[in-house]
Amino acid sequence: MVEPLLRVEGMRTHFPIVSKLLRRQIGVVKAVDGVDLAVMPGEVLGIVGESGSGKTTVGKSILRLIEPTAGRVVFEGQDMIGLPAGEMFALRRKMQIVFQDPMSSLNPRMTIGRILAAPFEIHGVARGADLRGLVSDLLRLVGLPEEAAQRYPHEFSGGQRQRVGIARALALRPRLMIGDEPVSALDVSIQAQILNLLKRLQGELGLTYILISHNLGVVSHICDRVAVMYLGRVVESGPREAIFFDPKHPYTEALLAAVPLPEPGRRRVHAPLAGDVPSPANPPTGCAFHPRCPRAMGRCSVEAPMPVALAGGHVVACHLHGGRDGGARTGGSFWILFFKKEVVSFFEKKETKKLHPFLFRVERSVDGCSRMWDVAYCSRCRC
Amino acid sequence: MEAAPAVLAARNLRVGFRIPGGVMQAVDGVSFELRRGETLGLVGESGSGKTLTSLALLRLLESPPAELSADGIDFEGRDLLGLSEGAMADLRGAGLSMIFQEPMTSLNPLMTIGRQIDEPLVRHLGLSKRVARERTLDLLRRVGIAGPEMAVRQYPHQLSGGMRQRVMIAIALACRPSVLIADEPTTALDVTVQAQILALLRALQEEMGTAILLITHDLAVIAETAHRVAVMYAGRIVETGPVAALFEAPLHPYTEGLLRSIPRITRERGGDLPEIPGVVPAPGALPAGCAFAARCGFAVAECQELRPVLEPMGGGREVACWRPRHG
Repeated sequence: MVEPLLRVEGMRTHFPIVSKLLRRQIGVVKAVDGVDLAVMPGEVLGIVGESGSGKTTVGKSILRLIEPTAGRVVFEGQDMIGLPAGEMFALRRKMQIVFQDPMSSLNPRMTIGRILAAPFEIHGVARGADLRGLVSDLLRLVGLPEEAAQRYPHEFSGGQRQRVGIARALALRPRLMIGDEPVSALDVSIQAQILNLLKRLQGELGLTYILISHNLGVVSHICDRVAVMYLGRVVESGPREAIFFDPKHPYTEALLAAVPLPEPGRRRVHAPLAGDVPSPANPPTGCAFHPRCPRAMGRCSVEAPMPVALAGGHVVACHLHGGRDGGARTGGSFWILFFKKEVVSFFEKKETKKLHPFLFRVERSVDGCSRMWDVAYCSRCRC
Repeated sequence: MEAAPAVLAARNLRVGFRIPGGVMQAVDGVSFELRRGETLGLVGESGSGKTLTSLALLRLLESPPAELSADGIDFEGRDLLGLSEGAMADLRGAGLSMIFQEPMTSLNPLMTIGRQIDEPLVRHLGLSKRVARERTLDLLRRVGIAGPEMAVRQYPHQLSGGMRQRVMIAIALACRPSVLIADEPTTALDVTVQAQILALLRALQEEMGTAILLITHDLAVIAETAHRVAVMYAGRIVETGPVAALFEAPLHPYTEGLLRSIPRITRERGGDLPEIPGVVPAPGALPAGCAFAARCGFAVAECQELRPVLEPMGGGREVACWRPRHG
């Protein structure tokens, strides 16, 4: 059994919301809230999601460009979280990132030659003539002319600048490369060039990629496995074919249905998903997708679904799909504790604690799928 | 569709910028007709001149530096080029309105949503403030904003991107314009919200009979929304035709290349994407012949020397190419 190159376990990255007036923390944005991922060597993992889903934060937290709040990031068998700066510095050679906008990630005052020489200089790999040789090798690798070394970023088009960004990331022959929307800012004809380049380099150099993108076409074209994120969590992950042609999570279905196709006359099967992505500062209770979910059940607003492994490495976090206690599909019911009209908790056995009847209410869920609740039990007045 | 009269027709529209050593022709002889109730998609990559075309139609380009000329921009029987600035201002937002890509920068951050929608109603239709507000509430309801009474008191920053774009649509359609120019209306939005906005535009168009000029770089959005499409390259229209025919069998090698280079969701993972080599030529440095010749796999000597013009190809299609595909 091959060990994954990278394992992310229970990653949480939270950002405090600080009040302007008293500089007190008044809340927290849970940008990443319990993410598990594994990437095998030589594999391309796609992370898809809409804005605010936390996909970029996951990428940056893996490299510790943003320090995760909790969780483990195991790279080549070593947990990187908490590693001292010196050891982290050495590890960084093996993992690199390419950003969306090549113009803002390349220093406008440095020539392409100096930009590409920087990784070698920083890590003390080469100097002088060797260095110049390495830089021209890199330029050739990404399909740029050697004269490019003397020129500045503004002299290049967006696609060429992205080639420079890729060359810089590849300078130290990393094992893992994270691409954060690497082709999103490019025109479609140029996008194809860069995607082909990424694919070719992966084959030639045996790279492992994590490709973060909102473009499902791009992800389906290049990735082996896909993780779908919604509001800081991975709601579904699996092989690309399973995700695109046999999606299990209603969000993945809706996302796929929303993608416009370049084929006129094809009508949508589904009505478009209503509503917007909720704010990660104030996520809905239970499953974060339930307010927009066309198949939401009572329990979805109460209990966050745990990831369930299906056949073929397909993992889904949705109450529609199996759970330990059977979920709604097998007709299991459960008890809900309300405070006034708000759901506060859920449990499998009838609660017998004494609770104030005007404030608390305990109800039994209807078997199966429904938004309705059966009023079955009240702790004090036995109504 | 053929019988419907043209509400907006541009003939030989040109936009140039004076630069040291000459004039940079960013839009170079664009002609099209937009008919009542129809959506014409104007598609092109960055720098193709599609946004400049739309700004020129509304005469929103500052001159100088821009130099606008045309044989005519006919809007409901009037030539927009001959109108005074005042008459043009009366038209914008009334008969002819526009929505932009980024609703946050096109809404006034200091004005409530309500006041921003009231404004064109009071300005163009001469309604009283009270009647205008009634209309505003109705408009917000029509563009799918739940709780319009609350929304009118809110400021743009309090709304999500999708909601802001709905507000923009409400403003643009407030006076029931006969032509709506939508410049990348969904590019800044997530796909699920994009689907909502496109569905909304379609529904409102059916209801009001508005003609829409939809400008986008996304061929998939065109496929889903437009009736006819015009493909722009380096400031010129290179191909135009009904959307189904054009996507089925593109005539211009550029259109074909664009369509083939879109990564699609297919069961088997494809090999390399067919790419269009090279880059879009800089405006001001256009070759004498076809601007696409240097990137074209089918170019012959003729293409380098002579610039092709749009020629009718039957079925309402036109192409500017010496060696059309599928011909």
